[in-house]
This record gives sequence, C-alpha cells and structure tokens, in this order.
Amino acid sequence: MIIKQLSVFLENKTGRLNEVTQILGNAGINMSAMSVADTSEFGILRMIVSEPEKALSILKEAEFSVRLTEVICLNSPNEPGALARALNILSGENVFIEYLYAYSMDNKTANIVLKPDNIQKCIEVLQAHKMELVSASKMYKI
Amino acid sequence: MIWNEKIECASRDEMRAVQSERLKETVNRIYHNVPSYRQKMQEAGLVPDDIKSVDDLSKLPFTVKTDLRDNYPFGMFTVPMSEIVRIHASSGTTGKPTVVGYTRKDLNSWSEVVTRSLCMAGVHRDDIVQVAYGYGLFTGGLGLHYGCENLGASVIPISGGNTEKQLQLMQDFGTSVIACTPSYSLYLAEEMEAAGIKKEDLKLRVGIFGAEPWTENMRKEIEEKLGLKAIDIYGLSEIIGPGVSCECEHQVGMHINEDHFIPEIIDPETLQPLPAGEIGELVFTTVTKEGIPLIRYRTRDLTRLNYEKCACGRTLVRMEKCKGRSDDMLIIRGVNVFPSQIESVLLEMSETAPHYLLIVEREGNLDTLKLMVEVQEQFFSDEIKQLEALRKKITHKLQSTLGISVDVKLVEPKTIERTAGKAKRVIDNRKL
Repeated sequence: MIIKQLSVFLENKTGRLNEVTQILGNAGINMSAMSVADTSEFGILRMIVSEPEKALSILKEAEFSVRLTEVICLNSPNEPGALARALNILSGENVFIEYLYAYSMDNKTANIVLKPDNIQKCIEVLQAHKMELVSASKMYKI
Repeated sequence: MIWNEKIECASRDEMRAVQSERLKETVNRIYHNVPSYRQKMQEAGLVPDDIKSVDDLSKLPFTVKTDLRDNYPFGMFTVPMSEIVRIHASSGTTGKPTVVGYTRKDLNSWSEVVTRSLCMAGVHRDDIVQVAYGYGLFTGGLGLHYGCENLGASVIPISGGNTEKQLQLMQDFGTSVIACTPSYSLYLAEEMEAAGIKKEDLKLRVGIFGAEPWTENMRKEIEEKLGLKAIDIYGLSEIIGPGVSCECEHQVGMHINEDHFIPEIIDPETLQPLPAGEIGELVFTTVTKEGIPLIRYRTRDLTRLNYEKCACGRTLVRMEKCKGRSDDMLIIRGVNVFPSQIESVLLEMSETAPHYLLIVEREGNLDTLKLMVEVQEQFFSDEIKQLEALRKKITHKLQSTLGISVDVKLVEPKTIERTAGKAKRVIDNRKL
C-alpha cells in the first residue's frame, strides 16, 4: 500500500526542473505522477516514478538533495463529492494531511496521492471504510 | 569652541611629555596587575623600566581582538569588579562578544573626549542633540549621551530606529544636532521626503556620524538633503567607544584625543611602525584607562596620520577616514560582523554545514545581508513547513548572535563554490 515518492529540493532558478526530468529520462525512468510545491525561495518536486531506488541514487550522484517519502494513493470514483467523502472520513478520525495531489485517470476514476502525518493509521481508516488504495507496484507501472 | 585648549593645542613636546608620563604609569600598572600582559612582556624580555618615553612604545607587544576573547569576559580587567561601574560589549570574531569595563574615572575620561569631539563639530550648550545611536551594550548611544550632558547641551535619548518618532521629535523639539550612522541619516532624509518634510522645516545644523565607513560623496549627499554640516566621528569600544577621534568644522581629518589614546601606524604584514603620512594599520595604546587598558591594540582599520597643526588651532594629530580593513570584518548598519561568527553559528547547528555565501548589498541607503546556506541531504525534508522552520531557526540564531537581521536563503548542495585555499565567503556589492 505504501508508495515511495521521490522528493527533490529545487532552488528557484531556471532549468533545474528540466535537468531532473532529463536525467530521469536518460536513465529510462518513467514518471507516473508529479507535483511541484513552490515558495518564494525554493521548490520541492514530488513524483512517483517507475524505479524509485534507482532514481534516488542517480539524482544523488548528480548532487541533488533528494529523498524517498512514504505516501499512499487513493483510487476514488471520478464524480462530484467523492474526494470530500474521503477527506471527511480522515478528518473525522483526526488524520492530518501534510499535502496531496490528484489526477483523473479517465471519466470513471481518479488517483489521489496523500501524505498523511500518520501513514499506518490513515491506511487503516481508509480500509475500514472500504476505500480503494492503489498498490505500489501498480502505481510505479502507470 | 575648543573644550580643552591646553591639551588640544599643546606643542608636540608638551604632548609627548604627557603621553610618556602616562604610558610609563600604564605599563607599570598592567605589568603588576594583568598576568597575560606580564607574560607577554617577559617573553619579549621587557620590564616596565625599559619603557621611558613614547619612543619605546614600539618595543611593547601587540594586543589583538582574540586576546579579549581568550580572556572572556573579564580577564583583561586590571581593577577588581567593585571598581567597574559600566560594562559594554561589541561583536567578537566568533560567538562570544568582546567585553569592556569602565571605572568611574574611565566614564569621566570618555565624557571628556566626547565633549571635545562635540566642540570640534561645532556643537554648543544651546544645542538640542538627538542621539539616534543605539543605547545599550553598543557604546554609541551612551557614549554620545554623556558627552552631550557634560557639554551642557540638551540630549534627546531617543536611541536607534522608530523613524517616524525621530522625525516627529526633530520637528516638535527643534533638534539642531543629530547623531547616528551616516546610512541612517540618509534613510531619515528619504523618509522626510516621503512625509513631505522639507529641510527648511527643521533646525538641523550639525550631524555627528560614525560607526561605519562612509565616503565624501555620501557626505555631500547628507549635507545637501538634511541641510547640516556632516561630521565624522571615530571610535571603537575596545579603546573607549565614540570620541577616540573626531573631525573639526574644517573637515580635514579626525583629531585623535592622543593624550588618552596614543596612535601608531604599522605595516599589517611586517608589523613594523610606518613613518607619518604612510597608510597602514592603526594601533592604539590607551594611557588613561583603568578598567581595561590596552597596549598597542590593533584596530585593523587602515588609515594614515597627519601631525600638522590644523586651521582650527588644534595640534592633536589627525587621522584620515578609514580606507578599509586589514581583516575580513564587515560593518553593516553600524554593526561589526565577522564571517567567522556566521560560521560558528552554522557549525553549532547540527542541520547545517559551514558552506555559506554572504552577500552584502546597499539597497537604497541601507545595507542588507543575504546568507545562502546549502541544504544538506540529511536535513532536507519534503515538507515545506519544516524547511521554512529550519530557515527561521537559522535566521533567529544569526539575529541573536550578530545583532542584525539576515535574509537566509536555502540553496541546493554543492552550489556554493569550493576552493582549495581560502574560500570566498563574502561578496560585498556595496560601492563605498
């Protein structure tokens, strides 16, 4: 259930994001999901890739500040109110979300990548409510 | 007006006699009271009787800022703490400040030299003096304050900052003399313009500016914008504070109160004394101080001396505006900053490596410090709030160590240049 997300520290300067994607592309690593969080000073690139460990080591070699972060991915119906239902359940159980990003797969389902403060509890709560979680192996292959 | 004409206009022979007498007395006293001095003199094969006049000054060993740090906080004091009535401190080369102590007599001498300085600047007892130097551990505020009171002028002890109030009191109280850093005076001028206050609305006639280097162009600008005579005052807390030297109304170099502080110019490389008129490092020996007398203290300021009698009638030797430093100290908004202080803060924190780059800019008329610190892999967090918290922590630690705010910027690892030799740690973009 737990997915290894790649997080990269990026200074706000031209060409840095480009460099990361280039390095991963050259290594034959595919990206299934990504998001960039930015502040006025710096950005954090978060992505789900086909081979997280390999991506980690090649980016380290290229002297990036990079780490693997544990996240989960919720598969939710692509319909009004679906996300609200899931978030309601989590807040009702006091699970705090550090950040999330989401994308629609087609007009039936959407994937929501979540970074909760307590990942085990989050999984238990979602499973108890019969919410569908995407497996790591499936995520890496998208 | 010349406050102490007898000494300020003394002949060279008279001055040398006073200096020699006081030097002998000081050397004798520290030899018997301060173990570290005695040891240094013994190492140089000297006893107090070897010092017969100012001509023997160059035989004595130097004192440097790190001596004060090594004896932190009170190890260099030559009197018991019961005799010390005031303590000031300035930034040291690392985390620990440089501490100085004053006896009652030291405070009187300090007031005397500041009063002389004020008179040199043309200030008199009818003036209303707004002291906008910081009051506190910094010597600027209180130093000027007691000198003004001693002169009999009316002091407004407003301290630094709070520009709106500064302008209000300048208008309401009819301030005629302002004392602050030159860069702050230009900031005041800007704020005046923004508030629609004209220099004609104010009664300013003299400005006593010091604590940081400034140029002749800045002087012209300040004089033009504030409608006053801009006078340069010099001092450092180790020697006494402001009032070590000051310009007279002719603005042709700062008269050193040399009956209290004997100046020398040395070559900072060979440490040999240089003849009058040559540029080198300024060294002072204090000959009246009781709390913490310093023998041949290396100021690290580069300047030259002029022994000619001044048009004002004073014979006190004059020093030129400082031309730079023989070390890496920066002066930011009147505050002394050593890159080594920043390094020690970063080393103290487990999250940071001492790879940094300090960028100094002058934005408008105020100096700003930007510090670039590398984000190390082990403390990189993928959560923004944690990185922001780290940035705030560094900012806060630097603020409390340096006494000024620093704009901290986190940068990627290995982006700060590594060099085999002395690393380039500071980029000073100010044009002084």
